[in-house]
Amino acid sequence: MILDAKIPQGPLAEKWSKHKFNLKLVNPANKRKYDIIVVGTGLAGASAAATLAELGYNVTAFCFQDSPRRAHSIAAQGGINAAKNYQNDGDSVYRLFYDTIKGGDYRAREANVYRLAEVSVNIIDQCVAQGVPFAREYGGLLDNRSFGGAQVSRTFYARGQTGQQLLLGAYSALNRQIHNGKVKMYTRHEMLDVVKVDGHAKGIVTRNLKTGQIDTHAGHAVLLCTGGYSNVFFLSTNAIGSNVTAAWRAHKRGAYFANPCYTQIHPTCIPVSGDHQSKLTLMSESLRNDGRVWAPKTVEIAEQLRSGKLKASDVKEDDRDYFLERKYPAFGNLVPRDVASRNAKEMADEGKGVGASGFAVFLDFADAIKRLGQETVAAKYGNLFDMYAQITAEDPYSQPMRIYPAVHYTMGGLWVDYNLSTTVPGLYALGECNFSDHGANRLGASALMQGLSDGYFVIPYTLGDYLATIGPKPVDKSHPAFEQTKQDVLAYVNKLLSLKGNKTVVEYHRELGHIMWEYCGMARTEEGLTKAKALIQALKADFWKNAIVTGENEEINAALERAGRVADFIELGELMIDDALMRRESCGGHFRLESQTEEGEALRDDENFAFAAAWEFKGENQPEELHKEELVFENVKLTQRSYK
Amino acid sequence: MSNGNMNLTLKVWRQKNAQTSGKFVTYKAEGISPDMSFLEMLDVVNESLTKKGEEPIYFDHDCREGICGMCSLYINGRPHGPKRAITTCQLHMRSFKDGETITIEPWRAAAFPVVKDLAVDRSAFDRIQQAGGYVSINTGGVPDANEIPIPKVIADEAFNSATCIGCGACVAACKNASAMLFVSAKISQLGMLPQGQPERWSRVQSMVAQMDEEGFGNCTNTGACEAECPKEISLTNIGRMNNDYFSAKLFREERVHDHAE
Repeated sequence: MILDAKIPQGPLAEKWSKHKFNLKLVNPANKRKYDIIVVGTGLAGASAAATLAELGYNVTAFCFQDSPRRAHSIAAQGGINAAKNYQNDGDSVYRLFYDTIKGGDYRAREANVYRLAEVSVNIIDQCVAQGVPFAREYGGLLDNRSFGGAQVSRTFYARGQTGQQLLLGAYSALNRQIHNGKVKMYTRHEMLDVVKVDGHAKGIVTRNLKTGQIDTHAGHAVLLCTGGYSNVFFLSTNAIGSNVTAAWRAHKRGAYFANPCYTQIHPTCIPVSGDHQSKLTLMSESLRNDGRVWAPKTVEIAEQLRSGKLKASDVKEDDRDYFLERKYPAFGNLVPRDVASRNAKEMADEGKGVGASGFAVFLDFADAIKRLGQETVAAKYGNLFDMYAQITAEDPYSQPMRIYPAVHYTMGGLWVDYNLSTTVPGLYALGECNFSDHGANRLGASALMQGLSDGYFVIPYTLGDYLATIGPKPVDKSHPAFEQTKQDVLAYVNKLLSLKGNKTVVEYHRELGHIMWEYCGMARTEEGLTKAKALIQALKADFWKNAIVTGENEEINAALERAGRVADFIELGELMIDDALMRRESCGGHFRLESQTEEGEALRDDENFAFAAAWEFKGENQPEELHKEELVFENVKLTQRSYK
Repeated sequence: MSNGNMNLTLKVWRQKNAQTSGKFVTYKAEGISPDMSFLEMLDVVNESLTKKGEEPIYFDHDCREGICGMCSLYINGRPHGPKRAITTCQLHMRSFKDGETITIEPWRAAAFPVVKDLAVDRSAFDRIQQAGGYVSINTGGVPDANEIPIPKVIADEAFNSATCIGCGACVAACKNASAMLFVSAKISQLGMLPQGQPERWSRVQSMVAQMDEEGFGNCTNTGACEAECPKEISLTNIGRMNNDYFSAKLFREERVHDHAE
């Protein structure tokens, strides 16, 4: 199968407008004859479900949480980008496009990224109209701040809770449609499979997490808005429940999985404190607007800091290395995430890390507090400072924060074309669940932008074209594919429940995380990845022999839920290793030690690797087949990324 | 997996489902580190239960950073435990003493039936929001964001109301199991902003009617909700809601219409 990205012809700036005109429409009276299934109610899912229902489609939406408002988009802190140029500082749609393509280390599709930048301005209008309380200036207009990888201030924010406010906005739009009877909402439901009829996605199989009931649901199209897979690393900034299961089961039904090895390690997270830890907490990138990142200049001082003999605030100015400002004077502390993360790791590897473990560097606000006063700093970042104090029992106003990189976001995901369609017709992927817009590294404040862009402004247009093509004939739920897929799911659930070994699924998950972080984390090598592949295969075999899954299906069963998710993460982990092995270049968050510049920056190999890798599932325990989508750059010139 | 030296006794509410009655069961939590969060402490207990082939304790949780609103434990008689302005997932074991006995219950309210063990059904909150917690606009066709100037003080105050995470601690804390703090936060947020004005009087009536229908109690101004709210939503919101509700009922009857379209 040749991958057709369906990128419209014509100049970059006109592609989306022309495409919208060329797409077929469904007339208003016919819209009510179509049923659309939306899985996941984060920014992408809630915005898509609400908008499609407003247009007149019948929507059925699902989430595994007890309310759609709890999807993990809620935890996004810093902000959302938009090319409004309200600050008159030289921003434009083209600049946001350019920054995003460059930030992604030239591994994203030009046309998608341009469209994202183009609709970014509509998102802010929409959210404000919903009553989202963005930060404002005294004149009553919207305030902006800066984020990494950009030299303009284009990030809109609502204190340190932007994701929460945007999600509650989308949730309110969703609620309005639930009230109007256009969306049927299923909470505490998990999607476990896709039903395909004649090659097209026509429904899903779900498990009711309260009763264990396995059901099928039919629709003319299925939209997966199920987020990313950072929890393959066990420790990440994702919610405990965030998982790859919906996307992975879709992959096994024919949807290609693209660039799985592209994962984002966020530079400013609270360091790991011990084995008991169940998740990591992010400190928003916005803190790098005012916080200065440093490590001690010498190993000796670092040792004194680690043993507690010396306090950070007592380290003399001359003994501090503000390494980001030193190495990247143009962007300073606001270099993109991959660059900041790698530099922090380098400090720790050189023995200059701080904190008890030595796996941390400082993020210091002393200068900002001196310049702006504690009150202003508190007004800007107060909730983040409180969160830090709560977790570490340290006061970040008097001592610098200790930070270290942690897995935060996954740029890889289900392969989609320009219309957000996966390789299975009728099956779409939106938001973090797809691979399309961030290349090998995502810029800060762009995830919220992409989720809402896909849901509010892209899918409502592109889905209509597919629906008009297949026609409004009701989906026949008596087709044997529905019962067959349900039986497959039941068999799988029973297989999991039959596991009565001696090791908990959490232990397997933690072990998987160790393997992934060690060999497929911030630095990767041929040797390490090869070793990791063998380790994961062994882990998988062991899981299916020795895992313990307690309880039964016909009840709430957290162990069963977790077991299914961990089993999928193990399989995904192996594919990530394969992808990372195949990609013998460094790009963005994928850093192969064999491929670096003399200065230790990621060295791309555009001649051989300027493609998106889309993997096709070929059967249980079979190697997956690689398909390449060549990336064509007509508007930007591929250069070595420089933030100096 | 444990790496601490605190030992605790837990009295945990166990209940199979909404149809059966529950009871307290006592567990030992051993080798607990003061750096663990409360939920990580429960993880440790659950791992050991699982190893013994016993059923782990079920509790709701997700983001574990205090924003999703999913976690919901009533710890030693207080929603989200002994500390102010945080959720259970942000509570660390350093807030307890070695050897202490900790009682853990679900939220107790008629409108929040127990789902299992420590988890309750809070879908009543969603239904109240569905009754009117929105601005009735469709996607697209809205004005430029900066065409709606909003004074900073108003925007900030609306934000303070909007930070509600919908966890239900206010209901659990209230002797009347009233949901007024939760409901008033949304009504206040939209009632203060220009975007919320067109539906201000109908919204307050629809949401309050749904709140009553769900079986939540009334407010008697005790203030426990405000004291226990992890996001410090203030009682002022209830004042604003009452004000709008009376205005709507007494003076704005003509403006009230059914919210459904």
